[in-house]
Amino acid sequence: MSKKSQKFDGDPNTTGHEWDGIEEFDNPMPRWWLWTFYLTIIWGIGYTIAYPAWPLINSATAGVLGWSTRADVANEIAAVEEANAPINAKLVDTELTEISADADLNSYAVSAGSAVFKTWCAQCHGSGAAGAKGYPNLLDDDWLWGGSVEDIHFTVTHGIRNEENEDARYSEMPAFGRDELLEEEEIDQVVNFVMSLSGEAQDASKVEAGSVIFADNCASCHMDDGTGDRSQGAPNLADAIWLYGGDYATLTETVTNSRYGVMPPWNARLSEAEIRAVAAYVHQLGGGE
Amino acid sequence: MSNYLKLIALGLVTLFAMMGINYARDLAYQVHAVIVMLVAGGLFLYTLRRTDEPALAAGSLEHEYFDSVVRAGVIATAFWGVVGFLAGTFIAFQLAFPALNFDWAQGFANFGRLRPLHTSAVIFAFGGNALLATSFYVVQRTSAARLWGGNLAWFVFWGYQLFIVLAATGYLLGGTQSKEYAEPEWYVDLWLTIVWVAYLAVFLGTLIKRKEPHIYVANWFYLAFIVTVAMLHVVNNLTIPVSVWGSKSVIVWPGVQDAMVQWWYGHNAVGFFLTAGFLGMMYYFIPKQAERPVFSYKLSIIHFWALIFIYIWAGPHHLHYTALPDWASTLGMVFSIVLWMPSWGGMINGLMTLSGAWDKLRTDPVIRMMVISVGFYGMSTFEGPMMSIRAVNSLSHYTDWTIGHVHSGALGWNGMITFGALYFLVPVLWKRERLYSLQMVSWHFWLATIGIVLYAASMWVTGIMEGLMWREVDANGFLVNSFADTVAAKFPMYVVRGLGGVMYVAGAVIMCYNLWMTVRRAPAKEASLSVSVPAE
Repeated sequence: MSKKSQKFDGDPNTTGHEWDGIEEFDNPMPRWWLWTFYLTIIWGIGYTIAYPAWPLINSATAGVLGWSTRADVANEIAAVEEANAPINAKLVDTELTEISADADLNSYAVSAGSAVFKTWCAQCHGSGAAGAKGYPNLLDDDWLWGGSVEDIHFTVTHGIRNEENEDARYSEMPAFGRDELLEEEEIDQVVNFVMSLSGEAQDASKVEAGSVIFADNCASCHMDDGTGDRSQGAPNLADAIWLYGGDYATLTETVTNSRYGVMPPWNARLSEAEIRAVAAYVHQLGGGE
Repeated sequence: MSNYLKLIALGLVTLFAMMGINYARDLAYQVHAVIVMLVAGGLFLYTLRRTDEPALAAGSLEHEYFDSVVRAGVIATAFWGVVGFLAGTFIAFQLAFPALNFDWAQGFANFGRLRPLHTSAVIFAFGGNALLATSFYVVQRTSAARLWGGNLAWFVFWGYQLFIVLAATGYLLGGTQSKEYAEPEWYVDLWLTIVWVAYLAVFLGTLIKRKEPHIYVANWFYLAFIVTVAMLHVVNNLTIPVSVWGSKSVIVWPGVQDAMVQWWYGHNAVGFFLTAGFLGMMYYFIPKQAERPVFSYKLSIIHFWALIFIYIWAGPHHLHYTALPDWASTLGMVFSIVLWMPSWGGMINGLMTLSGAWDKLRTDPVIRMMVISVGFYGMSTFEGPMMSIRAVNSLSHYTDWTIGHVHSGALGWNGMITFGALYFLVPVLWKRERLYSLQMVSWHFWLATIGIVLYAASMWVTGIMEGLMWREVDANGFLVNSFADTVAAKFPMYVVRGLGGVMYVAGAVIMCYNLWMTVRRAPAKEASLSVSVPAE
């Protein structure tokens, strides 16, 4: 372009190039910039000598420091495990019921159990252990399979209704509606009876018929008075604490299609010390027996 | 004759799209087939009506700049900007208040669907249109030549808008290949490849027929951006479709190699799309607005080649402490740190260009916008290398610090330099003497700046906080916090971040109004000055 900017034309400092009125000074690169750039390059070369960096044909340079991320994390884990080894051994050797009597052991077990719980259990039971629909609240004293530290330990070890562990807690309520064991009308009646057990508002005219149906179909597991049976994992229906919900619609759904809550066997993933720790932790949350 | 070929091609595409609607295996593909059918069918009718009509004499426009496509690009930039910022602000509040993931909108407007919509809208729709428009403008002005290829530039513009619509609707309907910033499925990728090659042809063709002896530095950066993005896009999207009638496809790269290719792409999308391309913008609009020569030609050469060479190796720093081998992670970190000065070369050249014109900061809010954008560029390009250091990354990775980092770059650098360019371009392109209101530019400046500060500061706080909470262990080495504890602790900062977003959107809306009123109300430039002819 022939027209030149008036202001900078002939300035010995410009390169003489010009585009759409834009010119360029021929200033040198700032020295601090250039030297910092050189320094980062020199540092980079040094760093790649010290640490694993350059790919070769079948491997890569290992770095003169011999450092690796995997070794790093393995060392950290080993250090913690070594430090905790004696107390873990003691935890495994002590009777479950005796743990709470030993103050040091108990405090260790509870903090370890709390960490295990936050990592593995909180996804279903909540980080505060208050549970959610279908996942039991572990803070109260309403237990499906027992709330002693041994019961909790057994449940955590083997899990509930899973295929992987032969000793898993197991029971199955029939799907009374889906499998046509009860008529819709009968389900309506028995649901009203169940609601009467915990004093919920119900259709009083159906309760009596419902009580007969309950006695014939439900009492063998849930007991005549509806207080349940822990040996079969049959929930107490009289305490107004509900795993899935105690309203009419939810109870109808439960009786019609049954429920099948599962829990994994944790002995496949956790050490005995960790299982004991988490059992001790859950036991002391408030509802332990 | 060429119209007959066009008619045949459009007819076949329409027919194929109709078959696609019928055989579609998923909703995203079906909706896309409808869109393609409507577009191709509409173009078929449009072409048919114009076939065998007398055409404009070829070459009659050769002495005028091709500015209509730039004007369209400016409008698209402003439009997609507001869309993208709104989407971002909404999902920021979705994180603070999960109830905003409405039940009735599950599967369409929950966070998981809207998040890629936001990122693609701001990076590719807002940023991409800004790059298209400014590169078409800058390459013509600095080459003193009309865009090469006739209406090919219009094909690039509309083709790119079609890509954006297909990508955005695909995300909402679940059509995604789950690669961050490369979510569109295979047929959308193929379409973008065609559009991008046409873009390269237009840009390169214009450079080749330039009337200036040298190629201006802005064009080096634009060209590096176009060429490298083409390479990144193709390699990261090498997939095999499951069916020609469905949106799903399978990537050819296995396991950790796929991860490495993805972050080689992802990091260089930042490096070449959001850095190199926008440096091209910076190198034209700052000297123009400041009316000063570029600070140092030598610096521009050295930092250009250093940036281009080094950026491409820095991707592995996204995969520290993963299945990626240590050696790759080390190299990614080292190249990231060596990249620090080459990145800062652009900042120095931008800021020092203002030496002798610093007084303009007081009077010209547009140049203030450009200067603060370069400032945010310098900050992010220092923060980035720092976060790539393995020890820092072990704290910052997976936390909101990363989100804060990209936003100080995206809102501060990319957003502000684009706003500056738009304020420069609109009066020129619509032949107005000046902007409608400089005071509104000032309002935009302060709203956006304070919004960014709220955003970045709140994300630093929550990012470092959650990083520390995740790694907090007690005396026996046991974790203290569960993940949900860290989420709950972030709530107040999430609200602050959302408010920062509201301010940024408000600034952009003021800008749109100001630009609109500039076109409608600002005094027109005198005719004699308005003729834009490539000079000999």
